[in-house]
Amino acid sequence: MSAVAVENEHTHDAHGAEKGFLRWIVTTNHKDIGTMYLVFALIMFFVGGTMALIIRAELFEPGMQFVDPQFFNSMTTMHALVMVFGAVMPGFVGFANWMIPMMIGAPDMALPRMNNMSFWMLVAGMLLMASTLFMEGGAPAAGWTFYPPLVLQTGNALPFAVFAVHLLGISSIMGAINIIATILNMRAPKMTMMKMPLFVWTWLITGFLLIAIMPVFAGAVTMLLTDRFFDTSFFDAAGGGDPVLYQHIFWFFGHPEVYVMILPTFGIASTIIPVFARKPLFGYSSMVYATIAIAFLSFIVWAHHMFTVGMPIAGELFFMYTTMLIAIPTGVKVFNWTATMWKGSMTFETPMLFSIAFVVLFTMGGFTGVMMSLAPLDFQYHDTYFIVAHFHYTLVPASVFILMAGGYFWLPKWTGNMYDEKLATLHFWLSAISVNILFFPQHFLGLAGMPRRIPDYAVQFADWNMVSSIGAFIFGFSQLIFVYVVIKTIRGKNCEKATDEVWEDAHKHGLEWTLSSPVPYHTFATPPEKIPTEHL
Amino acid sequence: MSDNLAEKNKRLVRKLVIIVLLMFGFGYALVPIYDVFCDITGINGKTNKTAANEIVYKIDKNREITVEFMTALNESAPILFKSELKQIKVHPGQYYTVNFYAENKTNKPMVAQAIPSISPGLTAEYFIKTECFCFLEQTFKANEGRTMPVRFVIDPALPDKYRRITLAYTFFDNTEKSVKK
Amino acid sequence: MKKTKQLLAYLILMALGLRSAYASDYTLNLMKGVTKVSNDIYDLHMLVLWICVFIGIAVFGTMFYSIYHHRKSKGHKAEQFHENTTIEILWTIIPTLILIGMAIPATQTMLEMEDVKDSDMSIKITGWQWKWEYEYMSNGIHFFSSLDEKSNQARQLNSGINPRSVPHYLLNVDNPLVIPINTKIRFLFTAADVNHAWWVPELGWKKDAIPGFINESWTYVEKPGTYRGQCAELCGKDHGFMPIVIIAMEQVDYNVWVEEQLVSAKAAANSANKEWSQEELFAKGETIYANSCASCHMNDGAGMGATFPAITNSPIVTGDIDGQIKIVMNGQGMMPAFGTMLSAVDFAAVITYTRNGLGNSVGDFVQPSKIKSLLSAVPEDDD
Ligand code: HEM
Ligand SMILES: [Cu+2]
Ligand SMILES: [Cu+2]
Repeated sequence: MSAVAVENEHTHDAHGAEKGFLRWIVTTNHKDIGTMYLVFALIMFFVGGTMALIIRAELFEPGMQFVDPQFFNSMTTMHALVMVFGAVMPGFVGFANWMIPMMIGAPDMALPRMNNMSFWMLVAGMLLMASTLFMEGGAPAAGWTFYPPLVLQTGNALPFAVFAVHLLGISSIMGAINIIATILNMRAPKMTMMKMPLFVWTWLITGFLLIAIMPVFAGAVTMLLTDRFFDTSFFDAAGGGDPVLYQHIFWFFGHPEVYVMILPTFGIASTIIPVFARKPLFGYSSMVYATIAIAFLSFIVWAHHMFTVGMPIAGELFFMYTTMLIAIPTGVKVFNWTATMWKGSMTFETPMLFSIAFVVLFTMGGFTGVMMSLAPLDFQYHDTYFIVAHFHYTLVPASVFILMAGGYFWLPKWTGNMYDEKLATLHFWLSAISVNILFFPQHFLGLAGMPRRIPDYAVQFADWNMVSSIGAFIFGFSQLIFVYVVIKTIRGKNCEKATDEVWEDAHKHGLEWTLSSPVPYHTFATPPEKIPTEHL
Repeated sequence: MSDNLAEKNKRLVRKLVIIVLLMFGFGYALVPIYDVFCDITGINGKTNKTAANEIVYKIDKNREITVEFMTALNESAPILFKSELKQIKVHPGQYYTVNFYAENKTNKPMVAQAIPSISPGLTAEYFIKTECFCFLEQTFKANEGRTMPVRFVIDPALPDKYRRITLAYTFFDNTEKSVKK
Repeated sequence: MKKTKQLLAYLILMALGLRSAYASDYTLNLMKGVTKVSNDIYDLHMLVLWICVFIGIAVFGTMFYSIYHHRKSKGHKAEQFHENTTIEILWTIIPTLILIGMAIPATQTMLEMEDVKDSDMSIKITGWQWKWEYEYMSNGIHFFSSLDEKSNQARQLNSGINPRSVPHYLLNVDNPLVIPINTKIRFLFTAADVNHAWWVPELGWKKDAIPGFINESWTYVEKPGTYRGQCAELCGKDHGFMPIVIIAMEQVDYNVWVEEQLVSAKAAANSANKEWSQEELFAKGETIYANSCASCHMNDGAGMGATFPAITNSPIVTGDIDGQIKIVMNGQGMMPAFGTMLSAVDFAAVITYTRNGLGNSVGDFVQPSKIKSLLSAVPEDDD
């Protein structure tokens, strides 16, 4: 991003960026903070990815070759925590920081100083979490779900992991408050709610989800802490508590949490597809309502993660029906994206490729979701590799692919340089193929009876595990191409210059495309007069 | 930023922070809510935690329910714990007393808590105990053994489809915890 | 259909050059299982799977048609529609109807699974870190079931043993659960330490075992055979190493098995009274150690970090014998109390083994009869 900075220091001395390293520490500029979030997310993506490759290396063949089982469990736990709280969520916060003010015609986020604080708190939280790897007794190994009583057997790491969750929670809550305030208070006068781009809408709803659930999660882990150190018995049967209560509280947070990761994904996909179909988004208002419906439903389906815990039949059926309902608004979204492409004039630049792959592969995750929502079937599927396949389809070729898509989509606008389309296309095809080699066989494994979270397995699972591990390594190394392309684009040597519009007729789709490329350090000091209303 | 906007932001943030605090409270409120929910729906088969009054029911001689007794020890607590009977056939509405025996296998005093659980969970609300060693923590002297009665009745309102009920007790050794207190 | 899929999978694997000499038989789909419930689940699974496949073909087909035809490079001009109420209503209503169609059979199966009434026998199943405990409520048969010795050796880090040379690697136990066929069996689940989940795919379900609480489930197996499963809830270090094996047999064979069990339980109780030599106990102790202790203290007694101390040269093991017996009997920290888990003979054997093996050579040993007197808690059936 240095290109952006340099240019602005010449033109805008008074308001330009600080010089040097300090700029990044004290900055309150939404673009700088957005950049920091994105870089941090990318680094965490590789940290979490390395852990995943350790897991897949151990699972390459039956027998224990590389790690002991306790460390293996730490890896699955930390992999999930790093990916969820360090990569996917901060990635979307990064895009929110960069794009929301530009999309709604605001000069910056509503609360710039809080913005800076929430970023550094995230860094502190993740560092604290990572430091548990080096503690006596090892990092938490009870799964990212932290179920008691098992999690209470964690060594010295437990209180640190809990404080890390607190920090991450406070950071997300501050981020969410900031985003909500920006969207509700900072819009250009002509940017009415029903004219906002869907990315803005989905983030508004995600923001509300976050402030509703992060405090509940913070409460749950605090109860774990007091159970362990202060003799409370929230989850300890011996004192009249109940370990199942934890699972209810956790999933009251956990289910909406998975929507925190997917709603902004929907938003970016809904922003990209119309641009490359050269058509307005189909069913804008039904997209908005579907998002609201999904967010609402996500609060009343949590116990579908607990069908085998021994619920009364009425509970099983209630959570089965509500979970099935979610498929309806989700289906509406998929149909809308398809209809947006229908009779368009499509081109297939990398952001579009990733978005199409997202629609297809996310839908596959949705199908397995519907299958698992049927309680009797979940008595077989639950806690097997089938589940692992399901949520990875909804997270990797969905959320992660769309993070990549967003990167390719807006990078030319941010830097003023076009990325290398050839390498990017290669990155796409390698990722799209290997992600299926990686996760598709896991459906077979789960159905055939392989439980999840195990470091070694019976020999009849050997073949597909090997296939899956091969896919994992191809996928992992392919991501280095992305890093290379991004760095090359930022430096701008031998790159084509991007036009202001970047993509053909993009100015009809969003305010950000009406700005010059690269975007100036400060934008929309005065609100825009005209706003694109194509989607209406 | 105009003062007006700053003011607006401040008001909004205040409201959002209140939501956050309420939701934190809600997380804790889920604990009692869950207990109420368990009482209604019989999650985990939790039975009454304090002694019920002995009311007279109409005894239903035509129905016979098998009540099975199960004992368990958490983390192999050093306790010998048995029920005198494996199972008993009962009529709804009639009171019965059964005995359990527990013995402290250590040569130190011990504090232990028995946790009852009933299956099927939905029968818990019809399984009423007027006397039970699970209502309070039990203190044992070194190597002390003791017979402990449980007096119960099955509410005749129990739906017809239930013919067999299991009452399980798990003993937890709480000595360390109560020493800390 | 199944054949074609297997063939396809085989081809993919061949293409990847993976079908080596050790071809193992894998499956791609859920197993039908051996109970009515598991068959109902399978049928429902296939029904929903096919519905999803058809919806997938319709949606992706439309999308790919559009991707192929409505592209700029083919000169297709974009139309600018962005709404169509009829179609939007249609694609809300049709999925709703399909979902209702799935919910009806799913509800029926769910109700069937919950119906525990009229069972013929009850078995209590307790999950432990990291083994299962079975107790037949009617006849008092009671035993622990842990990973078999061969798998256990092969699964050690860099054991040098090829897992493929071990029969039923990781899916075999020392003492399987034996049940009669054509009998409605009720299982009662609980756990002694952390949550576990008991899962045998051929029965069609899994159920959580939770400390302090009981859960129940039932099965009615129609076909004799050996059915294997695993723990399905993360329960710590050796979660992957606590399999389940059920042997379902004809009622007459089952009765014979019960008789044998009762006789050998009596014999075990008696053998606790006889005088044992140090060598006899030492030999027996080796297997007990491997099954009950090695998962934490390691096979060679070297332990693992501060949580799992070494046995070799341990001041407790090489110190006063009564001190060691007390700790093993009552547990300490993460270590469970073995007093209620091992028989008096096994207990004396493992004490003897640890004091005189694994690099220790204290030289003394203890008689099972002494352990027995310390432990009237040994579950000896007296009623
Ligand atoms: C059509 C929509 C969906 C349905 C019906 C659905 C349904 C389910 C069900 C029933 C489970 C529990 C399975 C079990 O543990 O036995 C589950 C697990 C999971 N789902 Fe989904 N899901 C949907 C979409 C998503 C999305 C969009 C995401 C995330 C972006 C997601 C992420 C997850 C995760 C992470 C888990 C596993 C959590 C864990 O046990 O660690 N799902 N889903
Ligand atoms: Cu969920
Ligand atoms: Cu387990």
